[in-house]
Amino acid sequence: MLTFIVRRLLQTIPVIIGVTILTFSLMHLIPGDPAQIMAGESASPEQIELMRERLGLNDPLPIQYFDYLKGIIQGDLGNSIRSGREVSGEIALRLGNTVELAFYSTVLSVFIGLIAGVISAVRRYTFIDTFVMIIALFGLSMPAFWLGLMLIRYVAINSDLFAASGWGTWSQMVLPIITLGTAGAAIIARMTRSSMLEVIDQDYIRTARAKGVKEQVVVYRHALKNALIPVVTVVGLQFGSLLGGAVITESVFAINGIGRLIVDSIRSRDFPIVQGGILVLSVLFVVVNIIVDIAYRYLNKRIDLN
Amino acid sequence: MNEEINNGNALPQTTVNPNVVKMKTFWKKFIRNKPAVIGGALILFFILTALIGPHLVPHSPNVQNLANKLNGPSAEHWFGTDQYGRDIFSRIINGMGITLYVGFFSVTIGLIVGVTLGIISGYYGGKLDAIIMRIMDVLLAFPGILLALAIVSVLGGSLQNVIISVGIFSIPVFARIVRGSTLAVRKLEYIDAVKALGANDFRIIFKHILPNVTSPIIVQATLSIATSILTASGLSFIGMGAQPPMPEWGAMLSDGRNYMYDAGHVAAIPGLAIVVVVLAFNIFGDGLRDALDPKMKN
Repeated sequence: MLTFIVRRLLQTIPVIIGVTILTFSLMHLIPGDPAQIMAGESASPEQIELMRERLGLNDPLPIQYFDYLKGIIQGDLGNSIRSGREVSGEIALRLGNTVELAFYSTVLSVFIGLIAGVISAVRRYTFIDTFVMIIALFGLSMPAFWLGLMLIRYVAINSDLFAASGWGTWSQMVLPIITLGTAGAAIIARMTRSSMLEVIDQDYIRTARAKGVKEQVVVYRHALKNALIPVVTVVGLQFGSLLGGAVITESVFAINGIGRLIVDSIRSRDFPIVQGGILVLSVLFVVVNIIVDIAYRYLNKRIDLN
Repeated sequence: MNEEINNGNALPQTTVNPNVVKMKTFWKKFIRNKPAVIGGALILFFILTALIGPHLVPHSPNVQNLANKLNGPSAEHWFGTDQYGRDIFSRIINGMGITLYVGFFSVTIGLIVGVTLGIISGYYGGKLDAIIMRIMDVLLAFPGILLALAIVSVLGGSLQNVIISVGIFSIPVFARIVRGSTLAVRKLEYIDAVKALGANDFRIIFKHILPNVTSPIIVQATLSIATSILTASGLSFIGMGAQPPMPEWGAMLSDGRNYMYDAGHVAAIPGLAIVVVVLAFNIFGDGLRDALDPKMKN
């Protein structure tokens, strides 16, 4: 197990390096001169030259990249063009909201997805199964931004229970969580159903039934436990992709998180923040994936990941 | 997967073209899968609407009529009018083409690049495989919409750039699937036999590997169109894609969101249009998978 964890961590290094190369390139691929952009529209040639020197843009690219990497390791992601504040500080301020949003949405989607998936599988080929799967298909096909706006327009406006924007109190958190969690719930429901169906036909389930084990015990103790193994992977991926999905949900509900920070910063061409925000979310995603892989390995010791 | 490998193994011996047999069984299963037929029919209908619809709609999508703004659905304006008094029905019909165009073309980019990389990776293996797959890992390390957003932030917000960035976003899925299938096919004895007969790599890839990986590619492409439409309209919604007054549905939604409190339909209808189209591709993709993927055979 320990060697697996170590190997898995080592495998991540090239991915993280790749991610940093991509975010590093972001700054250099944008049309125009980064120094000009950083110094502002009205900067004089001397100021631009000064900025270029300060950013190390006169150095060869590999040197610039290593400086960037050194900065990241020391927690220095540069400074915002607009506010001049440290990017790391701006991100730290909002990271909590985004992680909370993604976390609660994952919890919701796992909760609903598992229940719906199990019901569907147990009642396979009945009306209930069809109904649940149609709902899931809708959930999968709905743009989150539309669902969010509809919840604001038709739920928040008509009720004092839910707020239409912001983050912090429960009344503010419920609708964004539903918005972000719906697609995940649909994916997990479909995954759970097919995984359950695969397990339910296996010999050991038939044996359990033949032994006279109660149907409920068969379903929940024997079948579900094994059916959950592949679902774990999906749950982990879900949490990660919800970190990315937060970009849209945060924009809809005006939540002060990293996603909205990135979108606003793209608009105002505040590239150090875009760079930093994307880097932090991606690294977080990679870390979550490692944890999931380890959990997966732990749950299913039969798997040989060689 | 095993079924497919067996099919592949039988290929050189059969006298009837096995692809015809495959096609027939596929068609039989497909036609029995009602949701898939409905999904396919809907997609055909959408394509026809996109081609013919704009010539038939009663109003021009961009003609404003401020005296007539934010009206609810009526006989004259089936889906009502928006904040500029434009006919939403006409805009939705005109936007159909944009949506399908974005879906098809972005997936085409992802498919061509992804399939090529996947085949190279699976067929040649070794260092090349390691490098390509690590690059795919990096692309996959950006959660959700973030990779597309990063690319669009560099290229600048426009419909064309959305297609490119969503296309790049869908490369890794294809590369991974095709690599897996290629690996499975490559190990078969008959590939060695063909090689011994003097076939070059190019011929082996096109005649023997590619036909064996088509099923998963088709299924993934259909489902990817659904995802791509969602991602692309999301980018337009946050202002990074199609720009107003283009009747792109995501842009229409973001354009109308400030008016939705007075007139809910302004935001509801473009979103519903997206749901319906994405739903059709998802249903169709599910059906194709049931009919094509031997793993699901039952």
